[in-house]
Amino acid sequence: MPWDEGLVNSLVYEGPDPSEGRILSYAKAINEAFAIAMEHDPSVIVLGQGVDDPSAMFGTTRGLQARFGGARIFDTPVAEESIMGVCTGAAMNGLRPVYMHNRPDFILLAFNQLVTHASKVHFMDNGQTNVPMVVWAAIGRGWGSGAQHSQSIQGLLLGVPGLKIVMPSTPADAKGLLLSAIADNNPVLVFEHRWLMKKDGVVPEGHYRIPLGEGVVRRRGTDLTVVGASHAIELASQAATRLAKEGIEAEVIDLRTVKPIDEAIIEESLGKTGRLVVVDTGWAMGGVCAEIGCLAAEKWFHLLQAPVRRIALPDVPSPAGFTLEQFYYPDVERIQAIMRGLARQ
Amino acid sequence: MIRYAYQGTGFEGWEERLQALPPALCSALLRDMIRIRVIEEEIERRYHQDQMKTPIHLVIGQEASSVGFCAALTREDLLYSGHRTHGAYLAKGGDLRGMLCEMHCRINGCAGSRGGSMHLIDKRAGMAGTSAIVGGAVPIAAGAALSLKLRGSDRVAAVFLGDAATEEGVVSETLNFAALKRLPMIFVCENNFYSVQSPLATRQPARDLHRWAAEHGVASVQVDGTNVLAAREAALAAVERARSGGGPSFIEARLYRFRAHGGAGDDSKTGYRDLEELHQWETVDPIRTYFDFLSRTQLADDRQRDAMYQAAMKEVADAFEFALASPNPEQKDLYTHVYSD
Ligand SMILES: Cc1ncc(C[n+]2csc(CCOP(=O)(O)OP(=O)(O)O)c2C)c(N)n1
Repeated sequence: MPWDEGLVNSLVYEGPDPSEGRILSYAKAINEAFAIAMEHDPSVIVLGQGVDDPSAMFGTTRGLQARFGGARIFDTPVAEESIMGVCTGAAMNGLRPVYMHNRPDFILLAFNQLVTHASKVHFMDNGQTNVPMVVWAAIGRGWGSGAQHSQSIQGLLLGVPGLKIVMPSTPADAKGLLLSAIADNNPVLVFEHRWLMKKDGVVPEGHYRIPLGEGVVRRRGTDLTVVGASHAIELASQAATRLAKEGIEAEVIDLRTVKPIDEAIIEESLGKTGRLVVVDTGWAMGGVCAEIGCLAAEKWFHLLQAPVRRIALPDVPSPAGFTLEQFYYPDVERIQAIMRGLARQ
Repeated sequence: MIRYAYQGTGFEGWEERLQALPPALCSALLRDMIRIRVIEEEIERRYHQDQMKTPIHLVIGQEASSVGFCAALTREDLLYSGHRTHGAYLAKGGDLRGMLCEMHCRINGCAGSRGGSMHLIDKRAGMAGTSAIVGGAVPIAAGAALSLKLRGSDRVAAVFLGDAATEEGVVSETLNFAALKRLPMIFVCENNFYSVQSPLATRQPARDLHRWAAEHGVASVQVDGTNVLAAREAALAAVERARSGGGPSFIEARLYRFRAHGGAGDDSKTGYRDLEELHQWETVDPIRTYFDFLSRTQLADDRQRDAMYQAAMKEVADAFEFALASPNPEQKDLYTHVYSD
C-alpha cells in the first residue's frame, strides 16, 4: 500500500452507531448517489479523467459504466477548458453533466468556461437557458504532492455570481447534497475532501435530497460558535468534543454549502454565544473565513463579545514535505487551543 | 502592399451548379445578403448618435459566409458564434427587432439588455448562444452537439469562429474531442486574416488553417468565403456528414472584413493593413459578385435587386423606430436570473 493510502486509512473518526441505521463509507455514499441519480434521470451523465478506470475516482464511480454504459459515463481527454465548455453546452441543451476531477487544482485551467461562461449564461440571456451541471473535485492533503495538488479553491470562486459551492463533511450529506446538486438548475461545485473518503457514517437508503444553502447544527453549545464545512468542520467537531471535557461547550455549525451561505443559522447561534470561530480548508485571506468574518462585522457586530477568529491556511502555498505540512495545516490541537482562547476571552 | 490577396476564382465555372438550383433559392441568397448589408450599414450610419450604447463588430464584407453557411442549416439546428454575431444571428433567422432593441439597451432586447451586440440570441431560430471570449463558444457548441447525439436527435450544432480563435488552446482541444466522439458539429472558421489589427503572420506560422484543423482528425476544407454558393455547398456537405453520423467538419472560409474590427467605418489608414488590400477585396464584394453572376445568367436584374434593397431599408427603418420607442429596464430588472429555479 502506498504511504499516502496508508495515511488516509489510518485516520480515526468517531465510529457511527449501527443502531441508528445502515453504515456506509463516504465514497460509497457518493457512489450510491450517482447510481440513484442516473437511474432516476436519463439526462444525467458523468465524465472526467479516469472515471472508468480501476480506481474509479476514489471508488465513487465504481460499477457505474457497467450499469449505465459508456455513452453516459466516460473518460475524457486531459483538456479541462474544453471539457468544461462541453459540459456547459451539454447542460444548456438538456443534459445534466457531472464533471469530475480528482483535484480542484485542475479546475483552474477551466476557469474561463466555468467563471466566464457557465456561471453567467442564465443571466446573460435573460433567463432563457439553464446550465444544470455539477463540477466535482476532491481536495488533496498530506500526499506530499504540494502546492499544485493540494489547493482548496472555493475562496477563488466564492465571489462569482451564479455559482453554488457545496462542501459536505459526512457520508449522509455527501449523498444528499450530491443528489441536490445534480437536480439543481445552476452550475454547482462539489468539493469533497480526500481525507473524508473512508469515513463511515449512517446513510439513509434510497433517494433523498439535502437542500443547498442550509447548514446544520452538529453540536449544541453556549460558549462559542464554530462554523465551517468539509474536513475543517470535522476537525473542529473533534476539537469541540475535547473541549467539552474541559467544561467549554462549543456550538458546531456545519454549513454544508459555502455559497449560498446559511446566514440565519450563524446569526441565531451568535445570538447565544457572542463568539465566532470560522474554519476552512482553504486560505484564510479572501476566502470563506474572510467572508463570514466580514458578515459578522457588518451584520452581527452587536452580537459579538470578542473578535472573530479565522482558522484556515496561512497566506502561503501548500508545501510538499511532510514536516512542513505539519506546520501548515491546522490540526485538532491548534483548533482546540484557539477555541479555548476565544471562549476564555 | 497587399499582404493577403484574394486568391479565389469568383463564380468562374459555377454556371452549371447554379442552373441546378431552384431560382427562388438563388434569389433568396441574394436577398438575405442584401438585407444584412442594409442592416449593418444603417447601424453604422446611426452609431455616432450614441443611441446604441454597445460595441459593434460589423460583418460588412463577410455576408456570403453568414448567409451561405446558414442556408445549409434548418431552423432547429443550433448555431453558436463569437463576438461578431450580427451576420450569424440574422442569417439564422434571428428577430431583427429583438436585435435592435438589444443594441439600444431596451428591456425587450433579445437578451433583456444583458447581452448587447456580442450576445445576440434567438432560441426560436436556433441562434443558441455566443461568447465574447475568443474561442469561448467553440466547446459549448461541442457540448450542444454531444447532447444532440446522446439524445438521438438528427439536428446538428455549428459554430462560427475567427482565425484568431484557432490560436486558443481550447479550439484544438475541442477539435480533438469532436473528432474523438464523432460529434454532429461544424466549425466555420471565418479567416479574415486579422485579429483586431494584428495580421495572421504575427500570430501564426505560414500554414493553412484547414490543414491544421485536419491534423486533429476533423474533415476539413477551404472555401472562397466571398462566394455564397461555395459557402453553402461546403456547409451542405458538412451538415450531411454530421447528420449521417460521419462526425465533425471544419470549414475555413477566406474572406475580408471591409470595416474596422469594431465600431463604425474603416481604420486601414492607421496602417495595420494597406488600403490597397481592402480595395482589392472590395472588387470581390460578395453581394456584387453574386448579383453580377445572377444577372449574367438572367436569374436577377437591377429592378429585382433594387426592390430587395428597398424592402430591407423599410424593414430596418421600422425596426429602429420600434427599438427607439421601446422601454428601458428598471432597477429591479438587474437582479433577476442570476440563478435559475
Ligand atoms: C480570450 C480573448 N482574448 C482577447 C480578446 C480580445 N479580442 C476581441 S475580438 C479579437 C479578435 C479576434 O479575431 P478573430 O477571432 O479572427 O475574429 P474577427 O474579429 O476577425 O471576426 C480579440 C483579440 C478576447 N475577446 N478574448
